[in-house]
Amino acid sequence: MSQHPTTYVPKSALGRWFESRLPIAGLVHSSFVAFPVPRNLTYFWTFGAILSFMLVAQIVTGVFLAMYYTPNANLAFQSVEHIMRDVNYGWLIRYLHANGASMFFIAVYLHIFRNFYYGSYKAPREVLYILGVIIFILMMATAFMGYVLPWGQMSFWGATVITNLFSAIPLVGETIVHYLWGGYSVGNPTLNRFFSLHYLLPFMIAGVVALHVWALHVPGQNNPTGIPIKSGKDAVPFTPYATIKDIFAVVVFLIFFAYWVFYMPNYLGHADNYIPANPAVTPAHIVPEWYFLPFYAILRAIPDKLGGVLAMGAAIVIWVFMPWLDTSKVRSTAYRPLYKQFFWVFVGVCLVLGWLGSRPAEGWYVIASQICTVYYFAHFLIVLPVLGFVERPLPLPNSILESVMGVQKGGAGMPAGANAEPQSKG
Amino acid sequence: MMKRTLLIAAAVLGLSAPAFAAGETPVPPQLKWSFQGPFGTFDRAQLQRGFKVYREVCASCHGLSYVAFRNLSQPGGPEFSEGQVRALAAEYKIQDGPNEAGDMFERPGRAADRFPSPFPNENAAAAANGGKAPPDLSLMAKARTYERGFPWWITDIFRQYSENGADYLVALMNGYHEPPQGFTVPEGGHYNEYYPGHIIAMPKPISDGQVEYPKNEAGQPQVPETVDQYARDVTAFLTWTAEPHLEARKRLGFQVMLFLIVLAGLLYFTKKKIWARVGGEVDGHATPPMTHNP
Repeated sequence: MSQHPTTYVPKSALGRWFESRLPIAGLVHSSFVAFPVPRNLTYFWTFGAILSFMLVAQIVTGVFLAMYYTPNANLAFQSVEHIMRDVNYGWLIRYLHANGASMFFIAVYLHIFRNFYYGSYKAPREVLYILGVIIFILMMATAFMGYVLPWGQMSFWGATVITNLFSAIPLVGETIVHYLWGGYSVGNPTLNRFFSLHYLLPFMIAGVVALHVWALHVPGQNNPTGIPIKSGKDAVPFTPYATIKDIFAVVVFLIFFAYWVFYMPNYLGHADNYIPANPAVTPAHIVPEWYFLPFYAILRAIPDKLGGVLAMGAAIVIWVFMPWLDTSKVRSTAYRPLYKQFFWVFVGVCLVLGWLGSRPAEGWYVIASQICTVYYFAHFLIVLPVLGFVERPLPLPNSILESVMGVQKGGAGMPAGANAEPQSKG
Repeated sequence: MMKRTLLIAAAVLGLSAPAFAAGETPVPPQLKWSFQGPFGTFDRAQLQRGFKVYREVCASCHGLSYVAFRNLSQPGGPEFSEGQVRALAAEYKIQDGPNEAGDMFERPGRAADRFPSPFPNENAAAAANGGKAPPDLSLMAKARTYERGFPWWITDIFRQYSENGADYLVALMNGYHEPPQGFTVPEGGHYNEYYPGHIIAMPKPISDGQVEYPKNEAGQPQVPETVDQYARDVTAFLTWTAEPHLEARKRLGFQVMLFLIVLAGLLYFTKKKIWARVGGEVDGHATPPMTHNP
C-alpha cells in the first residue's frame, strides 16, 4: 500500500503475466511481507491486527444473524429468540456478535490509549490518526444501532434517549429527529432504517480501515521509543516477525473473547433488554452500553441539553486536534516524566467518568461528573499545550537498535540510554 | 434527607444503591445452583419438578410463549420422554385455522406447538389482573437482576456469577411478608421485601404443600414441599426456559478454551523461535520507509 516500487518478482510465468497487468501480489508483498517493522514493538502494537480480526468477525456473524433476524417492531424480539432457541448454533452466533461488539471496543480503547501514550498521533501520522478517529465514530454509530435491533426495553429507550439528543440542535433539531425516527416517535420505521444502516456502516468502516492501513504504510509504524527507523538494523520484515506475533496476540485475545461468550454471555448487556420493547413503560434506569458510559457522563454533567450534546460531541472531536494541541517534540511518553503522570491521571479520569455514566444523574454523582468533565477537556486544552514548553524530556536513544541493546545489556527498565544524545530530533 | 444521606453513604462505601430502590431493598441471598460455574448442568429431576410447579401454579396467569412442548424432551432440559411430551401437548387446546370453510378451530396440541398463553391478549390479561398483565415467564430468569455494586461487579467476572436473575426470583417468591409498621400498601398491591419499591401487583403465588412432589419408597416426598423448595425448582426451570442451550454452551466453551489455549501455546513457542533469529543482528531484508521522517 505504500507507493514505493516493489522488488517483488513472481516466480511463475502465470504470476509474472498477471503481475504486469494487476500488480496486486506485489502490493500485498510490499505491505505485509517486506514492510519494515520497528523491531522493538510491544504487544500494544498487536491491536491493529486484533481489530481487523474483530471487524471481519462482526461482519461474518452479522451476515448470518441477518439471515434469521426480522427488522419489524412486532417480530424483531421474537426473531432474536428464534435465533437463540431454534436456529442451529444460533445462540453461539448471537452471543459472538453481541459480545464481539464489546470486545471490539475493548481493543479499540487499548489501541487509542497506546496511541496517546506513545504519541503516535504526531507528525507525520496526523492523517492516519484522524482516519482512526473517524473509524471510532463510525463504530459508535454502528454499535448504537445494533443494540436497538433486538427491540428490547433498553433498545427502545436507549434509542429514544439518544435520538432525542439531536432535538437540542437549534432550528433543524426537530426535523432531524423526525427523519431519524421516520415518524413522530421511535417505532417500526426507526427500526427499519437502523437495521439498514447497521448493515451499511461496517462496510464503510472497512473502507476507512483500508485508508487507515494505507496511511500507516506511508510513514511506517511508530514504536515505544517514538524515534523513526534510521537503518535496516532498526527494523524487521513484517513477515514472519510481525505476522506470527499478531497471530499469537489474536489467539490470546480470542481466549478472552471466548470466556465472555461461553461463560458470561449476558454480563456485558442489560437484563432489561430481555423484556420486549414497551413504549408505555419506562425502565427504572436507562443506561447505554458500557463503552458509551464516559461520554454519557459528560453529556449529563452539563445541566443544559444543547450544552450537554455539544460537550459530548466535543469530547470526541477534540481528539482530531491532538496533533496540534500537543506541543512537545517528543513522541513517546517514556521520555516525558511529567506527561507520564498526567497521562495516567487522564486514564483514571476516563475510567471514573465511565463509572459515573452508569450511576443515576443525581446529587454527588453530578458534581463528580462535572469535575471530571472539566479535567477531561483541560487535559487537551491546557495540559497538552503547556507541558510541551515546561517539561524537560529525558534524553532519547540514538536509534531503536541502541534502545533494544541498552535494555539487553543494562537490564534497565527504561531504554532511556545513558549514552543518549540530547533531544534534537522529534 | 435521611434517605439521601444514606444513599451517599452507601455510594461512598461502594455499595451504591440503584436509583429506584427505596434505600432498604435487601440483597437477594446467593444460592447454590447445579447450573452455575464452567461445568454446570441442570438437575433433570429439579427441572421436572419446576415444570410441575409452573404448570400447576404459575401457568394460570403467566405465559411461556417462547417454549415449545418439544423443547421439554430435548437434551439439556427436563428431558421428558417424547411420549410424555406428546401426551402433555394433547392436553392443551390450540387454536388453529382457518380451515377450508374459513373458520378457526381448536385442536389438541402437538409437540411442535408452543405453550398457549393463559389470556387471549395482553389487554385481557391486564383486565383480569387488576390492570397489569402478568409478564411472560420464558425469559424471566435473564430479564431480572439486582444491583451488584463495587467491587462485586468485578469479582463476578472471575467467579462467573451469572445467576443474578435466579437468585432474585427465589428471593422474590420467598419475600412476601407483613409490611413493616407504618408502611401502607395500596389496594391491589402486595408487600414484598425484595421487589423494588416493595409493592408488587402479584399476590403471594404459592404456599407450603400446594404442589405434590414425587415420593420415595418410604412414601415421603423426595424434596420438601415448601415455598422455598418450590421457588428454587421453578426458578431452575425458568433458567432453562430462558437459556435452553446453557449446557451445550458450557460444554462447547470448555472445548473451545482448551483448543485455544493449546493453539496459543504452540504459537507462543513458534513466535519465540522466529524472533530468536533477531538476536543482535537483524536479517537485513528490511529497508527503512522511503517517505519523509522528521
